Amino acid sequence: MTTNAQPALSRRSVLKGGALVVGFNIAGPLTSPLLDSVAPSAAAATPDPELLDSWIAVHADNTATVFMGKVELGQGTTTGMLQIAAEELDLAMSQVSAARVDTDVTPNQGPAVASLSIMDNGPQLRAAAADARQALLRLAAARLNAPADRLSVKDGVVTVEGDPGRAVSYGDLIGDRRFNIRMTGKAPQKPVSQYRLVTSRAPRVDIPDKVSGKYVYMQHVRAPGMLHGRVVRPRGQGAYGDGARVVRIDAGSISDIADARVVRRGDFVGVVAGREWDAVRAAEKLKVTWDVPPRLPAGRLFEAMRASRTTDSVIVETGDVAAALAKAAHVASATYYGPYQSHAPFAPNCALADVSAGRALVMCSTQYPHGLRNMLAQTLGLDPEQVQVRYYEGAGVFGRACHDDCAIAAAVMSQAVGRPVRVQFMRWDELGWDNYGPAHLADVRGGVDADGNIVAFEYHGWHHGWNTAETSQELALGGPVQPPVSGRARLVNKETLTAVYAMPNVRLVNHHVPGLDGYLKGGNLRSPMDLSISFASEQTVDELAHAVRMDPVAFCRRNMTDRRWLGVLDAVAQAAAWAPRVAHAAPSTGRVVSGRGVALGTHIVSYGAAVADIEVDRESGEIKVRHLYGALDAGLAVNPALIENQIEGMLIQATSRALIEEVQFTQTNVTSLDWKTYPVLRFADHPGVTAIVVQRLDERSTGAGEEVMGAAVGAIANAFFDATGVRMRQYPMTPDRVRTALKA
Amino acid sequence: MAEEVTIRVNEQVATLAVDRDTPLLYVLTNELRLQGPRFGCGLAQCGSCSVLLDGVEIRSCVTPVGAVEGKQVTTLEGLPALYARQRNLARAPALHPLQRAMIDEQAPQCGYCYNGMIIKGSELLSRKPQPSEREIREAMNGHLCRCGSYPRIMKAIQLASRFMAEERP
Ligand code: FES
Ligand code: FES
Repeated sequence: MTTNAQPALSRRSVLKGGALVVGFNIAGPLTSPLLDSVAPSAAAATPDPELLDSWIAVHADNTATVFMGKVELGQGTTTGMLQIAAEELDLAMSQVSAARVDTDVTPNQGPAVASLSIMDNGPQLRAAAADARQALLRLAAARLNAPADRLSVKDGVVTVEGDPGRAVSYGDLIGDRRFNIRMTGKAPQKPVSQYRLVTSRAPRVDIPDKVSGKYVYMQHVRAPGMLHGRVVRPRGQGAYGDGARVVRIDAGSISDIADARVVRRGDFVGVVAGREWDAVRAAEKLKVTWDVPPRLPAGRLFEAMRASRTTDSVIVETGDVAAALAKAAHVASATYYGPYQSHAPFAPNCALADVSAGRALVMCSTQYPHGLRNMLAQTLGLDPEQVQVRYYEGAGVFGRACHDDCAIAAAVMSQAVGRPVRVQFMRWDELGWDNYGPAHLADVRGGVDADGNIVAFEYHGWHHGWNTAETSQELALGGPVQPPVSGRARLVNKETLTAVYAMPNVRLVNHHVPGLDGYLKGGNLRSPMDLSISFASEQTVDELAHAVRMDPVAFCRRNMTDRRWLGVLDAVAQAAAWAPRVAHAAPSTGRVVSGRGVALGTHIVSYGAAVADIEVDRESGEIKVRHLYGALDAGLAVNPALIENQIEGMLIQATSRALIEEVQFTQTNVTSLDWKTYPVLRFADHPGVTAIVVQRLDERSTGAGEEVMGAAVGAIANAFFDATGVRMRQYPMTPDRVRTALKA
Repeated sequence: MAEEVTIRVNEQVATLAVDRDTPLLYVLTNELRLQGPRFGCGLAQCGSCSVLLDGVEIRSCVTPVGAVEGKQVTTLEGLPALYARQRNLARAPALHPLQRAMIDEQAPQCGYCYNGMIIKGSELLSRKPQPSEREIREAMNGHLCRCGSYPRIMKAIQLASRFMAEERP
């Protein structure tokens, strides 16, 4: 192999050569200057994943930069991936860092969704790192004049075994030059038994800067000569497909804000101004008359869904459910309701675009830079190669929030005014125009025999899917919108419904509701559909356990065969010191009653289980979740500490979604527009949490960002039954609903 | 109407030509390019934009810049220096004890809410060096965390309280 000295200039300059735009530096050295080089890199080309140099660069100072296509969403993915790379390369964590994700700099690894980052992309990166290590060892063998099998590496320094004086560092071997070799994917990889970084609790690389204030979020990025932009839309979306038709714009309504101007393309309306406050005020004041038809099913959402002309598909059909139900000792049968919920990121999305002749640079918090690039190209009338998308983290979005919508808005405005434009969505833009987690309606029937075996399970689920385009794009381009589509994770999901328990007769039917018939926009929201599905199915299972007077944990265990499901169930039961008993066997008569419930769940992969301890105030209807235990088996845990943090976050967010969150709307528009009209769980009400990671060194790493959500919601619902003897069929379990259920 | 406004931020004086009604947040982020206070709602509902005004936490998104003239604004960037003054330390530490504790607890996820969490938590600790769990819950209730890191913030405030107790000569 030859490694000739060819400097990797364009990529290195993107990495290290960003021009600093230094602001008024009032706080001295503590203030990090707002950065960014807005100059697009010279050669715009997505790195070829077949080339080793697309993944790893080793620098002269014996550090390495790793290029990953997956973005950091506050889940610690970057840290986990760096552990994998450093492990294979025999580097220390302090010697590796990650390049900013950028369509011109980092390879396309697909979207950061479904918690697949470590699962799908860990192996890719591991293979690249192993290739790099092997290439470096070949160079070292030549340099040290020793056979490769006598070399060993520590912290990037190669030594000859038995002759420690003969040593050379990676940096000396290749520092800042290209490998110029193709990926083989065949280099030997470390056996699990030799891991020192992978499986360790390495601290997160992003946390120190996030705590000091030095971390650069998207909201901090500025560009020279830029304008501030805001979108102008009706407050709260109407029915998907209707868009927001402009009847009239009264530009005179903002004439007193000297600097502000209206930007319009089709039905896309925005304002720009030199000062941010002027843009905010102009967006508030601009008088636009909209045509918004009253097509939303306010107050009759679930009736509308059930009555709609659905496309039905049988997802699973095994055995004979009808016959088995007819023979069952007990049957549990009920209808369950799950709401529209919002991603509601803590900060609304922000983007900065610089679109000029034949070139666009868009900085934003997209979950999938390479995918957004195509959408931008289409909207701007450019080729994808002319568009560069660079990622900056924003507040955690948990799925498809408004990040791409905001990015397209900034690009449309920048193209219109010929200057860089920074768009910050306002709180009501983000909440009111979100791609909501779709509402769900379920008819469930389960049957059990006298010995406590689940003999039949039938599930009918109704929901519309996810829209594929973004609002800014649809408004700017006009034309008919595409109907929301069904697909994986948008179906009544067999992983949650049939993987957990061994059941001989199962029937799962998906009723796809036509999403253009007067519904809200839909999108993937953390653990898509699983909360609604687990809320329905895990209560059905719990009801069957109660019917045969069995302890719920013992009942679940009896109906499971998979060692991994049994593993998380045992882990969570043990952590919670679960004492076997029949639910609601010793009811209390006080005003405040307490209960405990258990449930299982997943999102496509991995194994989740939860136990909830709650209190119910029977007069006010208020539920307080006191403590949640969550166990997760995600295969080989690259970093158990990261997963514990994820589990805790899931337990808290699931509490919020189980008890509080519901998107409200009238016939014309969404009315959940701020934290008062879309409340979420607050500090004072958060439960205690216990996270348990079931480490499986012999299994491949799978997702760890969503798989305990459904279990947690199911456990809270089952705890409610334990406390009150009453089943909640609809969530969020608000005080109103609880009081109504307790009265019935 | 833009006019001259003079404000004190992190012990430094800045004279700016801005409309007095401009919310302080926009001045801190755009004119002064500070990264601590940051936009979250603009409605005083979330705590993302929190700063200390004469040591008391306020929402800079709804505070006109004209209203803070003659007062001391402290942002996340100036917190260690403020802490040093409050505690008569010879020099400012690199981080406030609560910042250290947040790292030790590996508390943040996206971390966006941590400006407000640290500002509010530090205000609480300056008033009440050993807050009970209940006092922490009450004090922090105006600050949202969508990622659900409340339990770790709770632990970090308790840890910071111990750091501060140990540091006393
Ligand atoms: S941004 Fe000021 S409180 Fe939310
Ligand atoms: S860590 Fe993301 S909002 Fe708090």
